Amino acid sequence: MARFTHLVAGATALAFASALSVSTAFAQQQPAQPPAAAKPTTAVDIGYVELANNPMYDSVYAYYMVPVRPLGSPLAGAQLGIADAQTIGKVIGVDFGLKSELGDTIDDITRTVRDWSGAGMHFVIADLPAAELLKLSDAVADLPITIFNIAANEDTLRGADCRANLVHMIPSDRMLTDAMVQYLVSRHWRNILVLQGPSEQDQQVVDALQQSVQFFGARIVEVRPFELSNDPTNRERGNVALVTGGIDYDVVYIADSDGEFARFAPYETNNPRPVVGASGLVAKAWSWAYQNHGSSEVTQRFEQTVPRHMDSQDWAAWISTKAVVQSVLRTKNGDYPALLAYLLSEKLNLDGGKGNPLSVRPWDHQLRQAIPLATTNAVMDEAPITGFLHQTNDLDTLGVDQPQSTCKFPG
Amino acid sequence: MMNSHALRRFLFSLATLLATIMMLQPAEAAGTGYLFVSNERSNNVLVFDPAKDYAVIKDIKTSRRPRDMHFNHDHTLLYVACGEDDVIDIIDVATLEVVDHIPTARSPEMFVFNKDETELYVSNEENSTVQIISIKDKIIVNEIPTGAEPEGVILSEDEKTLYATSEVADMVHVIDTDSGSVVDNIIVGTRPRRFVLTKDGKELWVSDELSGEVSIIDRATNQVIDTLSFVPPGFRPVDVTPVGMTINTAGDTVYVALGRANHIAFVNTASHEIEGYTLVGSRAWEARLSPDEKLLYVANGLSDDVSIVDLETRKNIRTISAGRIPHTVLVDG
Repeated sequence: MARFTHLVAGATALAFASALSVSTAFAQQQPAQPPAAAKPTTAVDIGYVELANNPMYDSVYAYYMVPVRPLGSPLAGAQLGIADAQTIGKVIGVDFGLKSELGDTIDDITRTVRDWSGAGMHFVIADLPAAELLKLSDAVADLPITIFNIAANEDTLRGADCRANLVHMIPSDRMLTDAMVQYLVSRHWRNILVLQGPSEQDQQVVDALQQSVQFFGARIVEVRPFELSNDPTNRERGNVALVTGGIDYDVVYIADSDGEFARFAPYETNNPRPVVGASGLVAKAWSWAYQNHGSSEVTQRFEQTVPRHMDSQDWAAWISTKAVVQSVLRTKNGDYPALLAYLLSEKLNLDGGKGNPLSVRPWDHQLRQAIPLATTNAVMDEAPITGFLHQTNDLDTLGVDQPQSTCKFPG
Repeated sequence: MMNSHALRRFLFSLATLLATIMMLQPAEAAGTGYLFVSNERSNNVLVFDPAKDYAVIKDIKTSRRPRDMHFNHDHTLLYVACGEDDVIDIIDVATLEVVDHIPTARSPEMFVFNKDETELYVSNEENSTVQIISIKDKIIVNEIPTGAEPEGVILSEDEKTLYATSEVADMVHVIDTDSGSVVDNIIVGTRPRRFVLTKDGKELWVSDELSGEVSIIDRATNQVIDTLSFVPPGFRPVDVTPVGMTINTAGDTVYVALGRANHIAFVNTASHEIEGYTLVGSRAWEARLSPDEKLLYVANGLSDDVSIVDLETRKNIRTISAGRIPHTVLVDG
């Protein structure tokens, strides 16, 4: 039989530009259409909201790649998720799209989300600080909408302030401290000197760390406050060597949501000890340097679309779109109750590029997931660390487990 | 009577004729018996001699990230897909040296030959394509876009259909080899990796790595007709990540490597029954039979070794050290 020697040209993502409010050209090729008549397509749009002037996105911190700050807007992660979904979409007759809103205030964002809901949207990815996230959640509680939290680590959002319409894709503070403490205990570095920064977030991290230490059998030798300061009358708090002197410990854990103090701590401690927490070895949802479980392929696709490394919030946005796409695929584009039921069920089985399949914990709506422990250019280990076991799912050794949960979904 | 000049010419012609005849004969199938193991991270193919107690007789440095390997029909050449250098290395089996390369698109992972070995079909993981490459001319004859992260490729017996998995799109692409277009897509489980075809050609088995299952597709209808769930002793379903599968010559048994569940599963092809499990090494991804089918060799990616399973007893009888992150194991038999 004659063989056609032609190259099948791939299309660009121009066909999807109308669904994106940010026009970005993708290098990815579209799969060739089957010769049969095209199926009628249903549009499934996913929303994405972010706040203008969000202090988390300071460009200076991003330039210095401070590990506790995002490297750029995670919208790029959601866009990658939509691009990845195109093949599935074509096969099942669904046009997956993204609608994004950069709002000046939470009220602007709420209005937009309500409009989207009116047009039939059910899933919105939210890159918001905790307070704004709760405002949005409460303002749309009457609507058939589920919000994915991709940025706020606060444990209270999974506890006393939990909301039924929130699903947390980014790990909680407690999951991150659990991951780190498992690692420290596995290394027998059990005696921890904690340096705590002045912010409320830093207090929350230390609170979480206290819980982790209790659970896994480590010991906090002391919690010492630090401040970013070159005030000579305040040297004890601003000078790394001074603030880490006069006491023995195996490791220094720095709770520093700002990141500037922690950035200059490694090798400056009084005792020759590893620095972990906000610099040195950092527990993160994702690292660009992650190579196991097919993670580097995801990062590689991401980095083809934006000129920076892929980071934790990017991954959280990406996995949010994937969760929606899988729910649509496996329920054959069911109605909202069916989609939500699948999303929240044990069957979710998401491939997050992190090994064990991911699913949502029913008691607090936190996505259970492995957590890599990373330096600036390598992943040293991943939690749950080998040997830390759980009755039903080892991923649940990270974060608040069901018996300890204080979450009671309102209504 | 021929003069010496004519005699020389005659003998030369005769010698040429004989040489030509010998070249045209297919080489004897009796190979070296050596075991070849590709190692992703140490960028080499290690060659073991089972007759010398599995001593390493050669460490062949390949291009970076060697993964899938296939012999040509007469086992004179070994082809190795090297994912980080975007080439397929060609190793001369007689000298155990890399003698040539075929360029591919980004990150070639798995490949198969057509029957007359004029072409190969290769999945390019980071390019989201499957390429059809003319081996002699080293040109890309066709390039078929797939869902993201294509991996497994397998050719039907009649060579009219190529199947390819897309790990990200959870599907099997059905590709018509003449037109080079995708004619159907079969949604399977989470993160489909590799294939095996039953000997009667009726069933296509696909490993769904993150579902912990194998989907069995009826080729006549392109429908999934059965799903096998593996739960080896001591492991939860979420820890079972099946990847490579191999079938014996008789076609009655499929051997499934269960990834992070560190076991091989034995499946009765006809009844789809899982007959048992054998513990091997860490992250078992690929298994291949010895030529006499008395042994199964298993590549364990995270313990950097190869397990040897005695198929009569189905017991793991031995482990040999390999390179870093062994990927594929082949026997030249």
